[in-house]
Amino acid sequence: MLNIIVELSKYLILIIMLVYTLESFLVFRYEEDYDQRYILGQQLLMILFLDFTAFLVIFLQTEEVKVLYIFGALILYLAIVQALYRALYKTSSILLLNHMCMLLSIGFIMLARLDPDSGLRQMAIAAAATVLAMVIPVMIRKMYFLKKLTWLYAAVGFLMLAVVLVAGSNVNGAKININIGSFAFQPSEFVKIIFVFFTASRLYKKSATFLDHVVTTAVAAAYVLVLVLSRDLGSAVVFFITYVVMLYVATKKPVYLFAGLGSGCLAAVIAYFLFSHVRQRVVAWQDPFSVWDSSGYQILQGLFAIGAGGWFGVGLCQGSPELIPFVQQDYMFAAICEELGGFFAICMILVCMSMFLLVVNISLRIKKRFYKLIALGLGTEYAFQVFLTIGGVSKFIPMTGITLPLVSYGGSSVLATIIMLAIIQGLYILREDEDEEFERQKEKI
Amino acid sequence: MRNLNGKKKKYEKQRRKEEELQRKKAKRRKNREYTIVSYFFVLIFVSLVAYMGYFNIWERDDILSSPYNSRQNQAQDRIVRGSILSADGQTLAYTQTDSEGNETRIYPYGNMFAHVVGYVSNGKNGVEALANSSLMSTHHDYVDRIKNEIVNLKNPGDNVVTTLNTRLQEAAYNALGGYKGAVVVLDPQTGAVLASVSKPDFDPNTIEANWNALANDSANSSLLNRATQGAYPPGSIFKVVMSLAYLREHGTLADFSYDCTGSITQEGHTIPCFDGEVHGQVDFTTAFAQSCNTAFVQMGLDLGAETIQKTAEELLFNKELPISLDYRKSTIDLKKSEGIPFLMQSSIGQGTTLVSPMHMAMITSAIANEGKLMKPYYIDHVENDGGDVIKTTDPSPYKELMSESEAQTLKSLMEEVVNSGTGTQLAGESYSAAGKTGSAEYEDGDGAIRTHSWFIGFSNVEDPDLAVAVIAEGAGTGSRAAVPIAHEIFDAYYYG
Repeated sequence: MLNIIVELSKYLILIIMLVYTLESFLVFRYEEDYDQRYILGQQLLMILFLDFTAFLVIFLQTEEVKVLYIFGALILYLAIVQALYRALYKTSSILLLNHMCMLLSIGFIMLARLDPDSGLRQMAIAAAATVLAMVIPVMIRKMYFLKKLTWLYAAVGFLMLAVVLVAGSNVNGAKININIGSFAFQPSEFVKIIFVFFTASRLYKKSATFLDHVVTTAVAAAYVLVLVLSRDLGSAVVFFITYVVMLYVATKKPVYLFAGLGSGCLAAVIAYFLFSHVRQRVVAWQDPFSVWDSSGYQILQGLFAIGAGGWFGVGLCQGSPELIPFVQQDYMFAAICEELGGFFAICMILVCMSMFLLVVNISLRIKKRFYKLIALGLGTEYAFQVFLTIGGVSKFIPMTGITLPLVSYGGSSVLATIIMLAIIQGLYILREDEDEEFERQKEKI
Repeated sequence: MRNLNGKKKKYEKQRRKEEELQRKKAKRRKNREYTIVSYFFVLIFVSLVAYMGYFNIWERDDILSSPYNSRQNQAQDRIVRGSILSADGQTLAYTQTDSEGNETRIYPYGNMFAHVVGYVSNGKNGVEALANSSLMSTHHDYVDRIKNEIVNLKNPGDNVVTTLNTRLQEAAYNALGGYKGAVVVLDPQTGAVLASVSKPDFDPNTIEANWNALANDSANSSLLNRATQGAYPPGSIFKVVMSLAYLREHGTLADFSYDCTGSITQEGHTIPCFDGEVHGQVDFTTAFAQSCNTAFVQMGLDLGAETIQKTAEELLFNKELPISLDYRKSTIDLKKSEGIPFLMQSSIGQGTTLVSPMHMAMITSAIANEGKLMKPYYIDHVENDGGDVIKTTDPSPYKELMSESEAQTLKSLMEEVVNSGTGTQLAGESYSAAGKTGSAEYEDGDGAIRTHSWFIGFSNVEDPDLAVAVIAEGAGTGSRAAVPIAHEIFDAYYYG
């Protein structure tokens, strides 16, 4: 009997996800605010349907009471965060909010299925982070001096990374965490935000000279180098790409784009020959079977999971994603493919893409260059991180070991991503204000 | 006046249009960076989506059947693995469930089908791996299926009916006897694999218990499916390739003539005919039928390495083969400047050229089938436990390896081998046969030079029924061991 429920739920979940994804793109076709609100409301309904179906199926199979706790907390969280944003920030982007809720939901569903304890812990962090982040949009609006803190950003960010390099704990050969008490804190997640603020504050002035760019680039290169030395390759690549994109958009000089990408490729080749851990990852990517009992093991287990899932997945709690080492942190995407299926995973990729395009669109419409660059930088970081983790897990590109924002387990990651989204919400609200101002001025004329 | 006004308006309108255009252009220019960045990332996301599609369509089966995939089959709790049947309705593998619900995989024929049917413990292999997803799916009666699901009973998986014929397999298995080696029997007109034997073998019923001994036995490599993964020097059966190369170069075989003095020497390297036989003045048909080495060495020297290499590659040497089981590509490399002696050796299938029996059977089947190679397949159809057909493999042409007239010419050469050459043991039966023997020398582990016994050929020449490739390791000349084996297979087919 249960088999039939699980089997049917699998298709129901896929349909819900399909509708949600479709609506993410359809919403732009409606000019009228009223129609948009309607679709966005429907999306919220889809999220609730998804959570209800998925948690029901998980609970029926595991009969684990913690699953119900997570479900209750999640519904409460969704209700509060949606209500607060709609009440306090009337002009915030509801689509962005929905996407955040959707991706968090997917993450919590998988965590409830994989390890309810870490699910509860993640829930506490997400809730705290969201409450904390509620003030950020106000701060963005009031704190005009943010663009003047250039060297403070540079110093704090660099110091945080340097501390990890020197005193970080070693996890699978990479130094990523700092242990504070019983918490493993991952500074690079936060430095990502600081780095964007630094870069934006350096580049926003149109008067910036070539020499200025050289200095900025040197600082950025130092960041990347420290990350490579810490063996945090994923973050290194994300920082690098983000910097190149911001530099290009700020200066409008294609030559920087090409020079940046070119030197990036060169650096990658040098790193390949210089560092054995880089070579290891490339080998594990090219032929994981040749190193199946060492560095290829995790990749292969991930591929077996994705393969087992096929297009429609095997159904929640029906697969064995727990066979993949570090599945909650690194291989959430494979677990999703296995149990919810390839089509569901593709929808999720499209939701992530929609999120990125939304952020770029916000950046495009902001008039103040500093904020413009911040939105762009954060969006780029998000998009490339998604690409690295999904591409790495599916063996499209070499594995870099980086989390899938909002979906993977990891306190620092979820905290940083929620802060990042709050900043973008702040910028979006700012943009709406700008528009209103513009309308008023026009009326005066 | 009105006219002027109209003109003015028109002008005004045009100007406004241009301004609008300018503004749009300026805006686009202003946002060009954003457009580029957006497109770049959209491209990245789309490539991820495309890759997911590619993975699920093309890579998934390989990943699922990988021997490293220890992941328990998800359906195992709900489905009893289906049976594997022979084309003539015999059970080759089935799952037995005892009263406590423990399942055992039983292989009634034991060693006879070991490699081709394969096994499911210690990784999957053979048809068990190839058809895994079918065996673990169910198309059991719909109502009953749901009933079973509700009361948590397992449903019977689908059965896989192979193309293998127990009579031919048995004949081939017994005929190969105590020799190491392999036999492949194809239906040249469809590509169906009728028999596939590899020795030394193992008992799949006890493979789990004997795994360590089998896996570490490098002297025998019993787990290796020599039929598809073997690597043997082709010896004289390579003369088929040489003949095609000559035919393509000259357009006819009629202009060939050679005076065989029993041996040929070039640059101090001498190659004799077998047993020092002197064939005298030979035309192409006689040279081929008598397997005259010296004639073919001279031919090789005249044709040159590149021509031979090219023809071999057109016959799928160094190429992927359309086989769904694990196989080894046949390899040939004449281009490296190893000099004249190497070319002489290679011309008679010695040197470094290595082939698999399956590949040789495929070339033979193409010759039998007017030049067209049918894609070899092992699974005829899949049916549910009630015998309703779920899906069928349709024979499909893979490639035209040679033209119809080229195939006809090679066919005539091979017929003469049976009529008057090294394969006369096959003459005088109620069925006709054609083929080519081979005696491939190799250095054994103990340093002694021994001879592999080869035969490739087909039966019922005008409307071919069977194409075979036989190799018996170290068994001597082709006519000594391989031809009698083929003979027994043909007899089993025609006389029962």
